Amino acid sequence: MFSYLLRRILYAIPILLGVILITFLLSFVVQSPATRAKVILGKRATPAAIADWMHHRGYDKPRFFNTKSGESLLDSQFFNHVKKLATFRLGVSDVTGRDLKEVFKEGAIPSLLITMPAFFVGIALAVSIALYQVFVRDTPLDTFGALAAVAMMSLPPMVWIIFGQAVVALSLNYFPAFGYDLHGLSTVKFLILPIALIAVMGLGADVRLYRAIFLEEIAQDYIRTAQAKGVSNSRLLFVHVLKNGMISLITLIVAHLPLLVMGSLLVENFFGIPGLGNTLFLAIQQGDFATVFASVYLGSILYLIGLILTDICYALVDPRIRLS
Amino acid sequence: MKPLLEVRNLAIQFATEGGAVDAVKGISFSMEPGETLAIVGESGSGKSVTGLALTRLLPEPPAIYKSGEILLEGRDVLKLSPGELRGIRGKKIAYIFQEPSTSLNPVFTIRNQIAEAIKLHRREVTDIDAEVVKYLDLVGIVDPAKRMRDYPHQLSGGMQQRAMIAMALSCQPDLLVADEPTTALDVTIQAQIIDELKQLKQRVKMAIILITHNFGIISGIADRVAVMFRGKIVEYGETASVLKNPQHPYTRALIECIPQLGAKRERLTTIDHAALAAEVG
Amino acid sequence: MARFFDNIWVQDAIVVFGFALVAALIWRGSRNERWQRAWKRLRRDKVGMISGVVIALYLAVGALEAIQIPHREWYSVSILGWLTQSIPHETSYSAPFAKETLSVAKAEALNGTHILGTDALGKDTFVQTLRACRTALIIGGLTSAIYIPLGTLLGILAGYYRRWVDDLIQYIYSTLASIPEILLLISILMVLGKGLGTMSIALGVTSWVGLCRLIRGETMRQAERPYIAAARSLGQSQWKIVTSHLLPNVLHLVLINFVLGFSGLVLAEAILSYLGVGSPVGTASWGAMIDGARSELSREPLVWWNLTAATAALFGLVLSLNLFGDALRRAFDPKRG
Repeated sequence: MFSYLLRRILYAIPILLGVILITFLLSFVVQSPATRAKVILGKRATPAAIADWMHHRGYDKPRFFNTKSGESLLDSQFFNHVKKLATFRLGVSDVTGRDLKEVFKEGAIPSLLITMPAFFVGIALAVSIALYQVFVRDTPLDTFGALAAVAMMSLPPMVWIIFGQAVVALSLNYFPAFGYDLHGLSTVKFLILPIALIAVMGLGADVRLYRAIFLEEIAQDYIRTAQAKGVSNSRLLFVHVLKNGMISLITLIVAHLPLLVMGSLLVENFFGIPGLGNTLFLAIQQGDFATVFASVYLGSILYLIGLILTDICYALVDPRIRLS
Repeated sequence: MKPLLEVRNLAIQFATEGGAVDAVKGISFSMEPGETLAIVGESGSGKSVTGLALTRLLPEPPAIYKSGEILLEGRDVLKLSPGELRGIRGKKIAYIFQEPSTSLNPVFTIRNQIAEAIKLHRREVTDIDAEVVKYLDLVGIVDPAKRMRDYPHQLSGGMQQRAMIAMALSCQPDLLVADEPTTALDVTIQAQIIDELKQLKQRVKMAIILITHNFGIISGIADRVAVMFRGKIVEYGETASVLKNPQHPYTRALIECIPQLGAKRERLTTIDHAALAAEVG
Repeated sequence: MARFFDNIWVQDAIVVFGFALVAALIWRGSRNERWQRAWKRLRRDKVGMISGVVIALYLAVGALEAIQIPHREWYSVSILGWLTQSIPHETSYSAPFAKETLSVAKAEALNGTHILGTDALGKDTFVQTLRACRTALIIGGLTSAIYIPLGTLLGILAGYYRRWVDDLIQYIYSTLASIPEILLLISILMVLGKGLGTMSIALGVTSWVGLCRLIRGETMRQAERPYIAAARSLGQSQWKIVTSHLLPNVLHLVLINFVLGFSGLVLAEAILSYLGVGSPVGTASWGAMIDGARSELSREPLVWWNLTAATAALFGLVLSLNLFGDALRRAFDPKRG
């Protein structure tokens, strides 16, 4: 088990280096820091102000190798970038100049409070609906469900949010339409609607995918064997199909992570929740490149952790996988 | 003696894109308790469909039971409710299938899969592990107490098929339907499984339907044989007399296809379907 | 390069080229027996045929807006703009079929009737909704023109040559896939700037990964089949094996992926425009119209028609693409449909 885990982690390292390279390309090569300084400081900024801004952030160093006498050869944009990210020094915001580590730390809790429940609720809902559809397969109800799932995934996520806020919160007044208050139980009433919206956004696509997986399982030979034993329909689904289907599902669940990022990006700003999504949303509006690039790096680390967790779960659940 | 199973004029269709296709066209046969019947035919002849139909295991749709009766101890299987059908499956009629590697659920241990059947149909059993061991032992699995903790992929093909047989026997059915039980296995293992079935016939009193495309394996195990061709039973009789004196040209053709040890042949015999169809109509 | 792609004529030429490419693909496929069988099945698929017709309608409207014709007063005008030039402009919001603008303080009489009302600048909502078809189709078309050849080629290379080629391609796409798509899109677009061309490049960078994985897997499966070994033992060249054996056997997957991917691209355009990194200001875009709804829904009386029209139009196209893609999949692979 330990060596398996180690192998998975070692496999993630070159990928992380690739991500660092991509962020470097985006932040130093495709667009030079000087252009960026002009964008952020405005057209009327003095050359001195720009030089100062760049120097403060180390953007005025040579790109790959520092050949100036008396300075380290590796004191360059590229090596500093790699060094900083590899040691989780995320730098400062381009706009506010705040330490990004602090900014992300602050946003993490509110974001986790809405995305984690949304993640579990969404998967549980999608699995149950998909299983039920397989249970009633080849009936009009299943056809309707399949159509509804496609219709749900054809609506852009913002429309769900706008609908949720305008109708459920403002018109029907079931939930607060805006705000966030971290005080015990009162937090819950602010969180329910955002959580529900993130869960619903991905539901259509999930139900469709899971249904296809379960339908594939139910056509397998071992299902016929179970039927031939006299196993009831519900046991067939909830024991035989579910356990086999879950093994296929586990590998897909990590694909949810990007959806959660998008969910919190769209929902948090709408409901005024001071999480990572909101930070990112403001960074986009203000043209805060450093914050966006840092979130790319953090996002991919999260994804890679998710991937490793997935592999571990997969190995634990599927008896055919040997860990050694 | 009252027949265990009586199939009368059974006809089954499959709905396909190109319209309904007749898979079984009005067949009839009956079986006494403890008797072994071999149903022989090529793929597509309707023999497996007939076997699955006995407990209504064919997925509906596309399968349609057009007409006929399947009388199990006098009750028509086709008129039973889903709940009653589940009571028969495994308990009265049990199955083993062609491909043991896919027919066993890959994520449950052998023990759990056999125990599931025992729990369903034999509530009186208290020590389930002992019962599982007993049946694994019966089908010739060495060290059954240890082997039952294995997952299917940890067993060889022959062992998997033995486990399937143990699972089928564990509910003490009156009829075992063996649907091409040896086709997916190596030739040496095939012989072992057929031997196993022969021995079981002696030890356990139960009827067997052996569905196969291979005339070569039925002698010595089947009391009677039904030859199916294009959804119909074209020949039906005592195994010995059919083998010795086949009446139907298709049966003759099938028997000629059995490779004989020591026989000198230029090439293997094949069946000319066009000619046969013209002859049979 | 981004400016080159932002030239309206260049975009038109590329879209026409894209249409031609799709036509060529289908023509090439129509000689394939598998495609002929699929077409027979598709013709009987009611949902598939209806959604196909709806897609064709959107394509027609998009083409009307995309094709520019010279005009006396302006440098050029789209056919759609020319057809709708009789619909007058207003000064502000007005409700569907209203007689005056939506202003409590100082309502002005309208110059004409607007069946779906007008937007903040007084432009007819119905016309704007139709014009946005072009934006959606350009994004879908341009991006597909980038990612489809790239994903197919790399997928076949990885699946056929294996070894280090496969390792390299896998490494590249695993790295890209490890970045949540929306974050990568946003950062590329922030660096390259808003625009239809840059958006297509950004979406192209993220979209080929899925196709490449799919084609790689299918190529590996096909390459293990005996007919490839037979072709190789007959001394056929690698190039011939790839183009005449492997490619035709994965092309239907490319087609299905193209249709389903297109729906994702249309949605992505709306999301990116909504976030403010997508279509440039002034482009008719469903995403931008939905973005406007944030302030419009808090007005009194509330302005609902822009949101409704944009959502309905977007939903109609994406739903049809999804349903048509599903129908294609059913037609090509009836067992698993």
